[in-house]
Amino acid sequence: MSTIFGVPAPALYGQILIGLINGSFYAMLSLGLAVIFGLLRVINFAHGAQYMLGAFAAYLILNYAGIGYWPALILAPLIVGAIAVVIERFMLSRLYGIDPLYGLLLTFGLALILEGAFRYWFGAAGQPYAAPSQLTGAVNLGFMFMPIYRGWVVIASLVVCLGTWLLIEKTQLGAYLRAATENATLVQAFGVNVPLLLTLTYGLGAALAAFAGVLAAPIYQVSPLMGSNLIIIVFAVVVVGGMGSILGAIVTGYMLGVLEGLTKVFYPEASSIVIFVIMAIVLLVRPAGLFGQEE
Amino acid sequence: MAVGTQYLAEQPKLRTSSMVLGAIAIAALLAAPFFFYPVMLMSVLCFALFACAFNLLIGYVGLLSFGHAAFFGGAAYFTAHAAKVWGWEPLSAILLGVAGAAAMGLVIGFVAIRRQGIYFAMITLALSQMFAFICLQVPFTHGEDGIQGVPRGYLLGILDLNQPLAMYYVTLAIFLFGFFAIWRIVHSPFGNILKAIRENEKRAVSLGYRVDRYKLGAFVMSAALAGLAGGTKAIVFQFATLTDVQWQMSGEVILMTLLGGIGTLIGPIVGAGLVIALQNYLAASDFPVLVLIGIIFVICVLLFRRGIVGEILEFTRRKSKSAA
Amino acid sequence: MSSAPLLEVRGLNAWYGESHVLHGVDLDIHEGETVTLLGRNGAGKTTTLRSIMGILRRREGVIRLRGEDLLRLPLHKVAQAGIGYVPEERGIFASLNVSENLMLPPTVSEGGMSVEEIYTLFPNLYERRSSQGTKLSGGEQQMLAIARVLRTGAKIILLDEPTEGLAPVIVQRIGDVLVALKKRGMTILLVEQNFRFAKKVADRFYLMEDGRMVNSFPGHELDARMDELHEVLGV
Ligand SMILES: Nc1ncnc2c1ncn2[C@@H]1O[C@H](COP(=O)(O)OP(=O)(O)OP(=O)(O)O)[C@@H](O)[C@H]1O
Ligand SMILES: [Mg+2]
Repeated sequence: MSTIFGVPAPALYGQILIGLINGSFYAMLSLGLAVIFGLLRVINFAHGAQYMLGAFAAYLILNYAGIGYWPALILAPLIVGAIAVVIERFMLSRLYGIDPLYGLLLTFGLALILEGAFRYWFGAAGQPYAAPSQLTGAVNLGFMFMPIYRGWVVIASLVVCLGTWLLIEKTQLGAYLRAATENATLVQAFGVNVPLLLTLTYGLGAALAAFAGVLAAPIYQVSPLMGSNLIIIVFAVVVVGGMGSILGAIVTGYMLGVLEGLTKVFYPEASSIVIFVIMAIVLLVRPAGLFGQEE
Repeated sequence: MAVGTQYLAEQPKLRTSSMVLGAIAIAALLAAPFFFYPVMLMSVLCFALFACAFNLLIGYVGLLSFGHAAFFGGAAYFTAHAAKVWGWEPLSAILLGVAGAAAMGLVIGFVAIRRQGIYFAMITLALSQMFAFICLQVPFTHGEDGIQGVPRGYLLGILDLNQPLAMYYVTLAIFLFGFFAIWRIVHSPFGNILKAIRENEKRAVSLGYRVDRYKLGAFVMSAALAGLAGGTKAIVFQFATLTDVQWQMSGEVILMTLLGGIGTLIGPIVGAGLVIALQNYLAASDFPVLVLIGIIFVICVLLFRRGIVGEILEFTRRKSKSAA
Repeated sequence: MSSAPLLEVRGLNAWYGESHVLHGVDLDIHEGETVTLLGRNGAGKTTTLRSIMGILRRREGVIRLRGEDLLRLPLHKVAQAGIGYVPEERGIFASLNVSENLMLPPTVSEGGMSVEEIYTLFPNLYERRSSQGTKLSGGEQQMLAIARVLRTGAKIILLDEPTEGLAPVIVQRIGDVLVALKKRGMTILLVEQNFRFAKKVADRFYLMEDGRMVNSFPGHELDARMDELHEVLGV
C-alpha cells in the first residue's frame, strides 16, 4: 500500500475529502456572513441557527408533508430567508447607526431562542435525514472510493459560492450592493431603495446558510446544536480571511477546511483547534486578515 | 452611541447618598443568609463578581469580550485541581486560579487587542472556544465528568469552610474585595486613561499613550477578577466542569451585565441576581432556559440598551436636570 | 416667467444634529432655467442641496417639485421624483468600474440620454469604461459624476461645485457640457465659486450668506455687481 509521509494514501485522500466538505460549509457560511456584514455592518450571530433552521426545515417538510430533498433545497432557503426578512424589518433595522455590537448581541439572542426552542421540541440528539436515492453509493476515482453525496456537496457549494460571487460582481443588483457598502446614503439619493436592499441582503445571507443546512442534513444529521459550534469556527475563518473580500471568504473557507483535514491525519489531537491556532497566528502577523485591508 | 456608557456616581451630591446606600447594601448582605439559602446567595455573589469583572472591560474600555468563560471556567479548573489533587489550602488554591486566569488573559488579550469592536468579540469567542476544546481533551479536567468532590477545606488552615455560614462570609469577603478592587481601578489614573481611550482612541494615541498596553492591562485585570469569581465558585460548589468554560457561559455574563446596565458599577450585580433567580425559578418548570435568555437579550437590545440600573440613573438624571 | 416654478423652496430650515445651519431659505427655479448659487465657504450652499435631496433629514419648511412635496418623501423617492444629484465630493464608487458607476442610478423617467449619447459627449469615459471608478483623474471623475445623472431622465440636476480644483481645459469642457445640457432644456441648479464659469451658463444668481438668501439677480447683471459680490464673497 502506498504511503505519503508515512500515512496510507487512502486515509490521506479520505481526510482531504472530509476537509473539503467541511471547507464547503465554512465557505458558504463565511460568504453569507461577509455579504451581510459588508452592507449591514452586522455580525450575524444567528447564522449558525439559520443553518440549523435550514436543515430542520428540510427534515420537517419531509416528515410532515412528504416533500423530499430536491424541493427542500429550494424551499428551505426560501422559508428561512422569509423569516430573516421579518427579523431584519422589525428588529435589525432599528439598530442601524448605533454601535454594531448591538447587532451582534441581538442576533446572539435570536440564536439562543431558536436553538433553545428546537432543543425543547426535538431534544439534543440528532435526527437522521437520508440522502436522495440518486446520490447514494460511491464511485471509484482510481485512487479512492468517494461517496457520491460528498462529491455532490463539494460541487453544489462551489456552484453556490461562484453564483453568489457572480451575482455580486456582475449584476446590477450586485453593483447596488457594492456601491451601498461604500456609501449607502448616496446610493439611496440616486433613487435606489436601500432599506429594501438591506432587507434582501439579510434574507439572501440567511438563505445561503439554510441551503448549507439542507446540504449538511444527510451528512451530519439534523440537530438543534449543529449550528452553534460551527458558527464559532466560521467566525475564526472570517477573521483569518478578512471580512472585506467575498472571494477571500470563499477561498479561506475551503483552505482552512482542507488544513483541518490534513491535521486530522498528521496530528489528530490538534484537529479541533487548528483553525483557532491559525487565526491567532494570522492576527499576530497580519491583523487585517489574509484578504482584508487595514481600516 | 458607544456600548460602554457609564453613569457613575460622579456628581458629588450623589456620592454621599451612594455611600449610604452602599452601607445599607453591605448590612443587607451580612444579614442575608438568615433569610435566604446561602447556596443561592453564594451563587449570586460569584456570578456578580464575574459580571463586574466583565463589565470592567466593556463598560470602561469599550471592549466586548465574548470569551470570558475561559477565565472563569479555567480558574475553576485550576483551583479545583489544586485543592483536590494537590490538597492546597482553599485561599491559595483560589489564588492559583486567579494567577492562571491572568496568564490566560495575557495570552488571549495579546492576540485579541489587535482588532477592535466586533472583531474583538469574534476573536475572544474563538479563542475561548479553543480553550474549551483543550479542556475537553487534556486529562486533568476529566472531560465530560469534570473535577468533582473538591474539598472546601480549612481557610488558612483554621476556618472550616464546610460550615455554610463560614463559607458564605468568606465568599462575601472575596466578592467585596473584588468589587472594591474594580472601584479602585475605575477611579484611578489608570482608569481615567482607559476612559479616555474608550471615548477617543485616536486622541489618546496622539497624546502619546501606548493604548495597546492599557487595553492589555485592563484585559488581564478583568481576566484575573473573572478568575477570582471562577476559583471561588469551584470551592463553594466543590466542582469544576466544562459548562463553565463554554460560550454559553460567556453569553450569560454578557446578559447579566447588559440587563443590569453596562458601565454602571452595580448594574452587573443586579443583572446577575436577576438571571440567577430566573434560572432557579425556571428550573422547576419545563420552560427552556435558553429561550428565556435569548428573549431577554432581544428585549434589552431593542428596548433598553442602558440596562435596568442605567435607565434608572438616566431617569433620575433627567429629572434632576429638568428640576434645576 | 409667470408659470409655477419647477422647484420651489420656501422658508427652509435645516440642522446638522443640534446645529441650525439653514435659516429660512427661499429659492425658485423654473423649467429650463440655470440658476447659480453663490456664497462664501460655509454659507450653506451644499447644505441647501443636501436638504433638497433629503440626504439631510432634519428640515422644516417647504420643498416642492412640480407641486409635489419632497419633504415628506423617503430619501430614495426624491430622486425618483425627477432630481439628479452631483455631489461636491463626486461620490465615484471604488468597487465599481466606470461603466458600472455610469449605470448605477436607476432611470427615473423617460427622456434621459442614451449610453451612446453620453459616451459621445464624454469620449474619455468610453475609453476608460472598464477601469476602476476611482482610478480616473479628478476631471474624469467629475465628468463621470455628471454623466451618471444624465442617463436617468431627471428633469433637474443639482451640481455642487463641478469645477473645484480642476485644470482650465477641463473647466472649459464642463462648461461646454452644461451649455449643451441647457440647449436640451435641462433645468440646472449650480453651486459655483468660479464667476467666470458661472456667467457662461447662469440665467440667474442667488447669493447666500450664513444660511440665508441675501440677494437674487439676473445673469446679465453679474458684471455690474462685481464689486458688491467681491465684498460679500470676500474674494
Ligand atoms: N456634517 C456636518 N455637521 C455639522 N455641521 C456641518 C456639517 N457640514 C457642514 N456643516 C456646517 O454647516 C455650514 C454650512 O456648510 P456647507 O457645507 O453647506 O457650506 P458651503 O456653502 O457648501 O461651503 P463650501 O463652499 O466650503 O462648500 C457650515 O458652517 C459648516 O460648518
Ligand atoms: Mg459646499
